[in-house]
Amino acid sequence: MSVTDRLKKRKAMFYNAFMQALREIKRNIMRSLLTAIGIVIGIASVIVMVNIGKSASLSITQSISKLGSNVLFIMPGQHNGPGGISSVTKPFKSDTVALLKNSILTLKAVSPVENASMTVIYKNQNYKTSIKGINNDYFTVQNWHMNMGRKFNKRELRSGQNVCILGKTVIKNLMLDSQAALGKRISLKNFSCEVIGVLNEKGANTFGRDEDDVVIVPIKMFQRRISGNDNIHLIMASVKDKIPLEEASLQIEQLLREKRHIKNDDDSDFSVKSMTALLDTISKITSMLTVMLGSIAAISLVVGGIGIMNIMLVSVTERTREIGVRMAVGAMAKDILVQFLIESVVLSSLGGIAGIIIGILITYIVSFAFHIPLILDPAIILVSLIFSMAIGIVFGIAPARKAANMNPIDALRYE
Amino acid sequence: MIKLKNITKTYGKADAATEVLKGISLEIKDGEFVSIMGASGSGKSTLLNILGTLDVPTSGDYLFSDTNINTLSKDQKALFRRYILGFIFQQFNLLKKTTALENVEMPLIYLGVGAKERRKRAYDALCKVGLENRLNYTPQELSGGQQQRVAIARAIVTNPKVLIADEPTGNLDSKRSHEVMEIIKKFNKQGFTIIMVTHEKDIALYASRIIYVRDGQIEKEESNVL
Ligand SMILES: Nc1ncnc2c1ncn2[C@@H]1O[C@H](COP(=O)(O)OP(=O)(O)OP(=O)(O)O)[C@@H](O)[C@H]1O
Ligand SMILES: [Mg+2]
Repeated sequence: MSVTDRLKKRKAMFYNAFMQALREIKRNIMRSLLTAIGIVIGIASVIVMVNIGKSASLSITQSISKLGSNVLFIMPGQHNGPGGISSVTKPFKSDTVALLKNSILTLKAVSPVENASMTVIYKNQNYKTSIKGINNDYFTVQNWHMNMGRKFNKRELRSGQNVCILGKTVIKNLMLDSQAALGKRISLKNFSCEVIGVLNEKGANTFGRDEDDVVIVPIKMFQRRISGNDNIHLIMASVKDKIPLEEASLQIEQLLREKRHIKNDDDSDFSVKSMTALLDTISKITSMLTVMLGSIAAISLVVGGIGIMNIMLVSVTERTREIGVRMAVGAMAKDILVQFLIESVVLSSLGGIAGIIIGILITYIVSFAFHIPLILDPAIILVSLIFSMAIGIVFGIAPARKAANMNPIDALRYE
Repeated sequence: MIKLKNITKTYGKADAATEVLKGISLEIKDGEFVSIMGASGSGKSTLLNILGTLDVPTSGDYLFSDTNINTLSKDQKALFRRYILGFIFQQFNLLKKTTALENVEMPLIYLGVGAKERRKRAYDALCKVGLENRLNYTPQELSGGQQQRVAIARAIVTNPKVLIADEPTGNLDSKRSHEVMEIIKKFNKQGFTIIMVTHEKDIALYASRIIYVRDGQIEKEESNVL
């Protein structure tokens, strides 16, 4: 027999084993589905984990450069990594903002930020958005500019008049036009406010929130009309150029400890965090998630592999007579081995392919829901496919050998 | 030409050992049609399985055209079965949920026959046993006689030199038995060597020679001149 003949024969052999495997899987479709589910989950988590991890780190680095790295977040309570606020919080009051602004010279801008979710109404359009109470320093801190109209004036800030500045998303959803919006009155709850400005478009932030989905009002008005008290739960400050963040952060800490009468060896009941510190926290959370998803993936892949081994052993036993017949018509041990090995590889690969598709779908949904960029790494898809095939080989080898090592006569006599 | 010399087969070890074949010697010429008869438990199937290399003898020589089959490796025996032998079993042993055509194609896969050629040869074989209108029926959809005819088609599709049949009519009624035997007889006329075990004298009489086995030994031989 010539070499090409032999190659042809081998190719035909593999093709036939492959078709036979597909037929067997189709024959026991329910069992195959249940068997492959471990592989599906495992591979899907790997795909989601890697792709979302990449997207998240990309969007984090992007937003650092967007926001600027000179912003400090001053919050009541201790925010120590994952787990959130630990101590009972005593909020700041409006005078804290003034104190920071006047006493700490390394700060360029200081603004309170109060937040509420409310429905705004214009004519017959309803839209639920986020209302932020701030002062004009907020625009400096956020490096945010007006697209139309103006910021708040002194009188509006002092007396908390009913004026507001809208983000682009709100404009769109109220069916307004930036130009036409100026001077219109929009309703919130039981009061209305006059639109005096429209903000430039900003896009999504690190956490995937659409920053343009906002209505900005003077902090005084927010406190008077919405919160009903003068509590402040977040102060944002930007540090002057060339001043290290740590220096400004330390000054704030000292001043506020003094003001809030905290004893020397007591912990502060507030925290001063920079964007980088917040991002540290986020990356801690994401790495935790990665470990978690990674373990899920590993466990379900092992479970999936054992499931495949189990079902292949069952299949080999069920088909003992078939194996005997095949041996009687001249199948060698290696023909039988290849047949069952291909069957388990096809089974695990189909699981892998389903996992890849589901993983891509979830990645797509997550990146859409959280407004993070969609990244599909082709390398990980290929690796996943190869990996799922490898599982088929590793866990399929024992059942396949069991089949191949049978004696023709014993296999034929098997009841 | 098949030659068995003093073949013995013992099952079990030591005290529990039972000698099922006690020195069988026989010769079968190419193109011969041989029936093997004997009481239940006399060792007919054991003998046939050794002739088919599905089982190994405990001692003795098995020569096929001067090749000592006992010295072949497992893989070489597989090749011997692949190229030389064809089997018909009492229980048909067709693959479940697999069509007649696919069942008959199966041995050709191991011969490395391409898909198209395979289909054609399987079709031809099924025509020879009169099943050209049952090609895509699965065993569950076929009668016993039809299943056995599919099994015959599967055995002859590779053009084996020797057809080995262990009670091919054992599961069939008298009418179907004779239909199947006519087919087998026809293949013998075309040159296949046939070795067949049967319980029924009228079935055995299709052969040109009948070998009687009793208690693991050849009792007598009869040539059938009919
Ligand atoms: N695997 C085995 N282990 C032990 N004893 C066996 C085995 N196979 C067959 N035997 C014994 O060998 C003897 C002959 O069996 P065999 O199947 O050859 O009989 P047979 O002539 O074909 O009978 P029947 O006409 O009933 O098919 C029987 O007594 C049986 O119990
Ligand atoms: Mg028998």
